[in-house]
Amino acid sequence: MRYIEPHAHMVSRVTNDYQDMVLAGCAAVCEPAFWAGFDRSSADGFYDYFCQLTEHEPRRAAKFGLPHFCWLCINPKESEDVKLASDVISIIPKFLEKQNVLGIGEIGLNKNSRNEIKVLEMHVDLAARHDQLILVHTPHLEDKLKGTRLILDVLRADSRIKPGRCLIDHVEEHTVKMVLDGGFWGGMTLYPETKCTAARAVDMIELYSAERLWMNSACDWGVSVPLAIPLAALELRRRGHSAEAIDRLIYQNPKRFLSQSPKFKLIEATI
Amino acid sequence: MNRRELLDLYYLEARAKLIDVAAFLDRLDRAEGEPDFRLAAFKQALGEVQNEKVPRAERVLACLSDPTVDPIPVATTKAACGAWPGK
Repeated sequence: MRYIEPHAHMVSRVTNDYQDMVLAGCAAVCEPAFWAGFDRSSADGFYDYFCQLTEHEPRRAAKFGLPHFCWLCINPKESEDVKLASDVISIIPKFLEKQNVLGIGEIGLNKNSRNEIKVLEMHVDLAARHDQLILVHTPHLEDKLKGTRLILDVLRADSRIKPGRCLIDHVEEHTVKMVLDGGFWGGMTLYPETKCTAARAVDMIELYSAERLWMNSACDWGVSVPLAIPLAALELRRRGHSAEAIDRLIYQNPKRFLSQSPKFKLIEATI
Repeated sequence: MNRRELLDLYYLEARAKLIDVAAFLDRLDRAEGEPDFRLAAFKQALGEVQNEKVPRAERVLACLSDPTVDPIPVATTKAACGAWPGK
């Protein structure tokens, strides 16, 4: 089995997780910028974080022959402070030249506030000006339905944005259809309690066209499962999906979306 | 997969979750406290589970979601609790 982990916060994980992922068939890992579990006090804190994502973490993954890619932004959880967000966004362009940066993400909304929307629009503008792919975080739990609608409105309002170059992450049964109908890609996040189980992800795959869907673990500093994708592959197998269909979903689909960035390259010899 | 095969695959797991929900509600009944919007939303969602009309999962999620459409003026917390307090 081979798979791509398109969303994992490896800075929060131990090195053994890299080893386990590679043993399970992981061919590449992608790491969106996110909230550290506490608010950073200045743009300098983000500068250091972006250095970690573009320099240190790829080296850690490379010890296991695993290509590491990342996405940059200030996470919606820290977007209420528009001045801080503006300062952080101003330092991102220089990092976009780094070889492992795929685009802008995970941007989006958290509590669906006016300032969060302002900062989302700033990120979308940044992505458009630099012709970057976009990875979008949709809000948690009771805020997801409303937030997903607001996010799609922002993306549609910018004529420079192509839906096929945007991945809307953490879709669930009540949001997946609007995302796919809009021409966007959808990410199903296999995360305990607050997101999606493998069985529900397989339901959505069976109900909707899987052409523009992927699965990810979004493993981070919370209780989460770095091997969630191989475990979901097992669920697909239990439900009677063929090896080819599983490969399409967990390897070829993310490869197809991510290859829209010329920087996304796999080490074919390890596959 | 047909219905029989799906039952073979998931019945025991769903049964265990159902008993967990029942025990959770019993536990709440044994405890004292003020009414809570999360429990009200939970019970409303249970009604959607019993409704034979599909898609149940989508309706349960909608039941537990903020139904408003306008952005809030300011975020005063980062956390979500799983039900809309209704303001």
